[in-house]
Parts: sequence; C-alpha cells; structure tokens
Amino acid sequence: MHKLRTTLAHLYMGAFLIYLIIPLVIMAGAAFNDSKLPSIVPWRGWTLHWFYDLFQDERMWVALFNTMVVALAVAVISIIIGTASAILINSISGRIRTVIYGLMISTILIPGAVIGISTLLMWNKLGVPPGLHLSVLGQVSYIAAMVMLLVLARLQTFDNALEEAALDLGASHAQVMRRILLPHLYPAIGAGGAVAFFQSIENFNVTQFTRGGVDTLTVYVFSKVRSGITPTINALALIMISITLLIAIWYEISRRRKERIMLAGMSRDDE
Amino acid sequence: MQDLIRRYGVGLTGLMVLLVAFWLLMLVIIPNITLFESSFRPYLPVVEMGGPKDVYSPNNYLKVFDGSVETTILGMTFMVPVHIRTFFLTIWYSVTVTLACFVLAYPVAFYLAKIANPKSVPTLLLLLFVPLWVSEVLRAFAWWIILALKGPLNSLLLSLSLIDKPVRWITDYDAVLIGLVYTYILFMLFPIYNAISSLDTNQIEAAEDLGASRWRIHWRIVLPHSKPGIASGAVMVFMLSAGSLLVPSILGSTTSQWFTQTIQQWMNDALDWNTASAYAFLLLFLCTAFVSLVMWIFRVKLSDIAK
Repeated sequence: MHKLRTTLAHLYMGAFLIYLIIPLVIMAGAAFNDSKLPSIVPWRGWTLHWFYDLFQDERMWVALFNTMVVALAVAVISIIIGTASAILINSISGRIRTVIYGLMISTILIPGAVIGISTLLMWNKLGVPPGLHLSVLGQVSYIAAMVMLLVLARLQTFDNALEEAALDLGASHAQVMRRILLPHLYPAIGAGGAVAFFQSIENFNVTQFTRGGVDTLTVYVFSKVRSGITPTINALALIMISITLLIAIWYEISRRRKERIMLAGMSRDDE
Repeated sequence: MQDLIRRYGVGLTGLMVLLVAFWLLMLVIIPNITLFESSFRPYLPVVEMGGPKDVYSPNNYLKVFDGSVETTILGMTFMVPVHIRTFFLTIWYSVTVTLACFVLAYPVAFYLAKIANPKSVPTLLLLLFVPLWVSEVLRAFAWWIILALKGPLNSLLLSLSLIDKPVRWITDYDAVLIGLVYTYILFMLFPIYNAISSLDTNQIEAAEDLGASRWRIHWRIVLPHSKPGIASGAVMVFMLSAGSLLVPSILGSTTSQWFTQTIQQWMNDALDWNTASAYAFLLLFLCTAFVSLVMWIFRVKLSDIAK
C-alpha cells in the first residue's frame, strides 16, 4: 500500500513537470516548422527562415535594446532604493516600522494596471510626458520592495559589533558603510539586482500604460501575438528559453561543484 | 534612527531617508492620491479643464451601471450592467483559478518537501523554476498554440479517437482560466513548499504510528502547519490573476472580458483617463478587500505573506 502511494506520488510529480514543460517545448518546436502559422501540426518540414526573419526585423532589435536599457535602469535604481530601505527599516522599531514596512510590502500587491495609470497621471500633472522613463519609475515602485526584502533578510545575519569596532578604530562613516556593511550585503544586493532585472524584462502591465508608444520586448511580442502572427515569435521564444536554460544549467553545475567541494572539505576534516 | 546617525553620519543617513521618501512618496503615495483625485473629475476637452464644468462628481464610478446585458445565474435570467458583470466574473474566475492552483500545487509541494529524495530536490526546484523565468506573454502564447482549433491538443485527441471532431477550446473564459492556472501556479507552489518544509517529519510519523489515516494527517497536521504558505500563495495568485492583462488579452474569446481589459479600453481606446482611474481604483479596492479577507480567514499578517 505504502509503495503504491509513493509510486503515485512520483508519477504525479512527473506529470506536473511534463505539464509545465510541454507547452514550452511545443512553442519552441514550432519555430522550426515551415508553416505560415505558428504550430507544430501539421509538420511541413524543417526550416530556419523564421530565425532569419526575426533577425531582419528592426522593430525587434529596437524593442530589445529598450528592454535592456529599462531593465538596467530599474535594477540600478531598485538596488539603491531597496538597500537604503532595508538598512533604514532594520534600525527603526515600533509602530512606525510596522506602518512603513507594511506600505513598502503592499506595493508588491498593487495591480500593475493601477501602478501604470497612477504613475502616468501624476507625472503627467507635473508636465512629464509618457515614455520609458515613466515605465522605469513605475516598475521601481514595486521591484524596490523585492530588493528590500532580500537585503533585509541578509541584514539579519549582520554583526553590528563589526561596525562598532571600525568606528572605535577611527573609521569614518563612509568607510563603515563601504568597507564593513556593504560587503556583507553584496550577495543579497547581487541577487536583488538579478531579480529586478528579470522582473523588469517580464513586466507588461506597468509598461503598457506608461510607455507612450515605445516598444519593449514584451510589448513587441504581445502586439505580434495579437496581430499578424508568424513563427518568428516562436524563434524569439526559443532563443529566450535557451538563455534561461543556459543560466539554469550553469547555476546547477556551480551548485554541484560547491557541494562537492564542501563534501571534500568535510571528509578531510574527518581524517 | 539615532543609532543610524551614529554609525553612518548625518549625510549618509539623510541620503537614505531621502531615497526612501522618494520611493514611498513620489512612486507610491502621491500617484495613488492623484489616481483617486482624478477618478472624480469629468472627461473634458483640454480647453475646458479647470473651467466651470471641471467639478468633482461620482459620475465616473456610476458608469459601471451603464448598458445592461442579460445574464443567467443559477438558471434565472437577470439584467446586469455589463461592467458590473465583468467585475464580478473577474473576481469569480480569479477565485476559481486560485482554488485550482491550490488543488494542483499542494500535492507537488508536499512531495517536494516530504517524499522526494532530498538530494534531487534542488534539481527539481530548478526544473520548476525554468518555466517561471519564461515571460508571461510567451507562456500565454504557448497555450494559444496548443488550444488552437487545428492545434496539437485537438490533433492528439483526434488521433487517439477520444473526440471525433475538433473541440473549440478558446471559447468563453475557458482558455483564459487554463492560461492563468498555468502562468501563476508556481506562485502557489513555492510558498506552500516552504511552509511544509519547516514541518518536522517526526510529527507526521507520530500521527502515523498512532493510527491516523492519510487524510487525517493532512487535514490535522500538514494543512494547519502550511496555513501561512497557503495564504501567501492564494493572495499572490488571486492578485496576479485579477490584475492580469496579458493572459485574458491573448487567450480571451469574443465573449470573455476581464476587468483590466475594460480599464485599458477606457485608458487607451476612449482616452478617458479619469474614468480609467475610477475603474483602476475599483480594482485596487477589490484587491485590498480580498487580501484583508484572506488575512482574516487565515489569521496571518501582511509580513507573513510577502516572503
């Protein structure tokens, strides 16, 4: 009985993985089908010309460039604001902390459409026209909270006495920040930057309302899917999925290597 | 605060306070106040703005009552204003998506936390993460391909002779629901997995030894323990579903309309930003109400949800 249950559990897990991965495989596979419509059935033979078409599409390159600029800007600003917020939140307490912390977190839950429209309205009243700069500000409004949470978690393991020691030894305030606190936070800041970068690339709702006619990659894909679809989007999808996979594989390999090194270190201690 | 100044000096502390103030005031609070204020203003040509007609009124909100359509609920037919119908269908289907995600993800979360070989868990998690990193628009597009009338799903079912003519999947809200579950299920899976991981396996074994049935173990031990995770997952999935614009736009049929699509039509097609604000505010209000309700039902705090 117990064995049957375990087998069922393995089967369910396998089915779940297939459910998650099959749609991506089908989408990527359609990139090679020599058919005007993006599908894998009926299969009309292998072709690479959708990739060729994609690389010829100038609008795609502009959108890609815009996406990268926006994502970089969002990552940099979110890191700065998120880190400052985490340090500040970590050093205050009581009711004021609850209120400010609650406000910061709630930004993650605000629907993207609301962020987009409210950002557009306010800056419009201040005389700032719509465009990708507003998309950046809109995205930062909630992505900064994600960075803040990551950095805050890292701050919990920080030993304040290190700063005390540095101050006693005559370090300046800037030195304490730059040489003691920030180096401790770098892993979390790095992770936060990566999260911010990917969140920004993903973003559609905020961008859609603030972009003012300029394309980002997500907007470009969306408009292609809505209007004349050709398998060039599948070619783009395949490239994006491959990049994701490469990062995942690289991460897995480095994790395994670390594990091995740790195991080796442990067995050496035993001897 | 005193402590901050002592450590980092007045300059750096001031800079940090300024950064936080910029974020919370300029990017969050004031935009939302502007949204609220605009939602009460009429839609006027530029020359009449600030003129005698530019007065506050709840008219934008009252527009949800315009234009009724026949709606059948539980066999009875009512005349319901079209935007109210959209609003409630969005809530109803978002709740459905949330429940479906929970039912599908809970066994996987339990498997990962308690059944799977601990050594293979990081690899499994990574495999699960890959679809999460693929952008939402592509995930919806993938289902658009699969569910197409002449798509792979129909041809598979036809070749297995499970159906004798192609099924129209993208009809009413069906495809939207399928797409939303697929897109957001991982936001349910990971919080529940985290919650169950922190459960001591000895508790489950003790219950087993004392003769508790499988169901009872889940109902009395695992589920109560994973409550914060479930609450967090439910809030995330509901908010993302109700606020989604991509999935309903790509997988929607002629008869499906999501509330965010209505907002977008006011904004980008009708160019009536003020009515769009009123509708956006309704959406924000709905989401706040839902989060509060879930937090009350599960007795969890906001800080437990955002992890």
